[in-house]
Amino acid sequence: MSDNNDTNGSGQEPAGAGRPGRVVGTPSPAAEKKLLASEDISAPAGSGEELDEQSAKRAERVVALFFLTAFAASIGFIAYYIVWSGRDGGMHGIDRARESNYWLGGLMALSFLALAIGITIWVRRLMTSKPLVQERHEARADDETRRQFGETFMEGARDSGITKRPLLRRTLLLAAAPLGLAPLVLLRDLGPLPEKRLRRTYWAEAVRKAKAQGKRGVRLVVDGTNKPLKVSDFSSPGAMITVLPEGIEEHAHHPLNEIAKAVTILINIPEDQMKPALRNRNWDVNGIVAYSKICTHVGCPAALYEQTTHRILCPCHQSTFDATDAAKVVFGPAARPLPQLPLSEEDGYLIATDDFPEPIGPSFWERG
Amino acid sequence: MKRFTAWRRRPWAGYAVVLAALAAIGVIYAGFQPRPDRAEATATAAAANDLQNGKALFNKNCASCHGLNAEGTKDAKGNPIAPSLIGVGAASVDFQVSTGRMPAANPGAQIPRKAPVPDFNTQIDTDVENPEERAALERQKARAEKNLADLRAYVASLGDGPDVPSAQAVDPEGGDVALGGKLFRTNCAQCHNFVGSGGALTGGKYAPPLDKSDVTPTQIYEAMLTGPQAMPVFNDTTLTPRDKKAIIAYLVQTREEPDPGGNGLGRIGPVSEGLVGWLVGIGLLVLAAMWITAKKPKKLKKS
Repeated sequence: MSDNNDTNGSGQEPAGAGRPGRVVGTPSPAAEKKLLASEDISAPAGSGEELDEQSAKRAERVVALFFLTAFAASIGFIAYYIVWSGRDGGMHGIDRARESNYWLGGLMALSFLALAIGITIWVRRLMTSKPLVQERHEARADDETRRQFGETFMEGARDSGITKRPLLRRTLLLAAAPLGLAPLVLLRDLGPLPEKRLRRTYWAEAVRKAKAQGKRGVRLVVDGTNKPLKVSDFSSPGAMITVLPEGIEEHAHHPLNEIAKAVTILINIPEDQMKPALRNRNWDVNGIVAYSKICTHVGCPAALYEQTTHRILCPCHQSTFDATDAAKVVFGPAARPLPQLPLSEEDGYLIATDDFPEPIGPSFWERG
Repeated sequence: MKRFTAWRRRPWAGYAVVLAALAAIGVIYAGFQPRPDRAEATATAAAANDLQNGKALFNKNCASCHGLNAEGTKDAKGNPIAPSLIGVGAASVDFQVSTGRMPAANPGAQIPRKAPVPDFNTQIDTDVENPEERAALERQKARAEKNLADLRAYVASLGDGPDVPSAQAVDPEGGDVALGGKLFRTNCAQCHNFVGSGGALTGGKYAPPLDKSDVTPTQIYEAMLTGPQAMPVFNDTTLTPRDKKAIIAYLVQTREEPDPGGNGLGRIGPVSEGLVGWLVGIGLLVLAAMWITAKKPKKLKKS
């Protein structure tokens, strides 16, 4: 099937067609006609036949200069390696690896680039371009070849005994069948369905554990220092901090996965600025409220809290939530408010008394 | 002399002498002894002077917006123009004035950082050749530092608030950089970018960049402590002084990180790098492809 198998029709002009034949894969000359002025039709693009000797000489020198540059750069590469990098165990050791990389890479790039530029100038300025025609041979083999192939094939089959020895044939098929099925099994990786895992966060489990110990809820700790927060600790209006349920790093099954879902921002809003929707929920402690940090649009961390406007901005798509109004969406593509965590106070500490009342993060099909 | 001798013999003369001696001792004692009292008196007078100076500076630079008693002002519709400064504390004053944000040029979406006004410019570069010039600049700097301290003292005297952190508390040396990085990424990076390059907020506001050395550790600490403009407050009971020191250490160390590619492109991450990759890299490839395949200008001789 290869193109240089030119038994048929190579170099033949289509007789009497009046249009030039074309190289396989080049654009149709009909299209080119539209681009060229009519007197240029006979002139293949970039013909060099009119090249005067003077300009050819000039081009030759330019190309030679580029080739010499490539040569020098390659020699430089070798010399740099031998004289500099190759010593001390190669590549300057660790200390100066970056410098070595710059020099070696730069010289090699220069060498390749100079070669490429030289060749391109050579082609453009010195070589002529003529239309070359190479007809494809017929795809169908002739009858004699086909008959011979059939004979050889059948002879081989008989020789291997695959028709005569059914046990071999059947066990071979048996061996191949599971191989064909194997990729199907991998489709399982598209799942499994999340089931109920997206509905609950670690807050639920942490609250359950705390209640089992006779407490009313789980303490809030600062993400990073694991310091449990007292109500008095977080008393400055306009304060914000990222919090997690206490014990998530020690006791969660997959701490990073659970933190990614349970991460929450704690905000202290002056009580007189709380709107009825937020106040009526009664999930705040003296104006301290907690919202999920995961944007309900596509799940970016929305935590750009402005204490002047009490807005929470998501940096990905500018969804904006009003922290004084139960995180209602005031701008942007998010469709639902950030879920709020019910807070309370126990022994002076801030606690969460339940999980978020709805799934956090972006919508999903089964969310309902 | 005769008359003196005559007085001496009077019956009250003895009393007079005792009284005079007592008075003399009293005066001499008063002359030597009450030094502490006098020093106290001078200190009180000086403190009163400092407060006086602070109040004068306040009236000159701040009162037009914040009100003569720092009570804040409102426009005709009752929207606040400038907040009350009662109880904001010395740290807030130090932050706002030393970063040049206050006195503000005009009230906009956000008051930008700028060179402090001359009265409070404590960042004067005194590194000049001419000794006279240097002495003058040093005097100017000392005066600015005194002015700033007086203004802080005056505003702090209006109501209790966070004080300026000590030099030891803001020293990045000894801060836990790893902890600082974690805290910065969870609580600060969403606005300020993970290396402190700053970023945009809503309505024309923005989080200023923290990656230049003109943002001093003291200013970083004060900003966390007081929550200037739209920035939330991170008080010392939420992020402890140790945590704040760690954050400062992280920011200072991040400034010194090399940019392996040569130019950090604002260090704002894959967006700028990708953009440059597309525009420059693919642009060059396109140009190269056009050059290689371009039609040569020569024409065939017509025959």
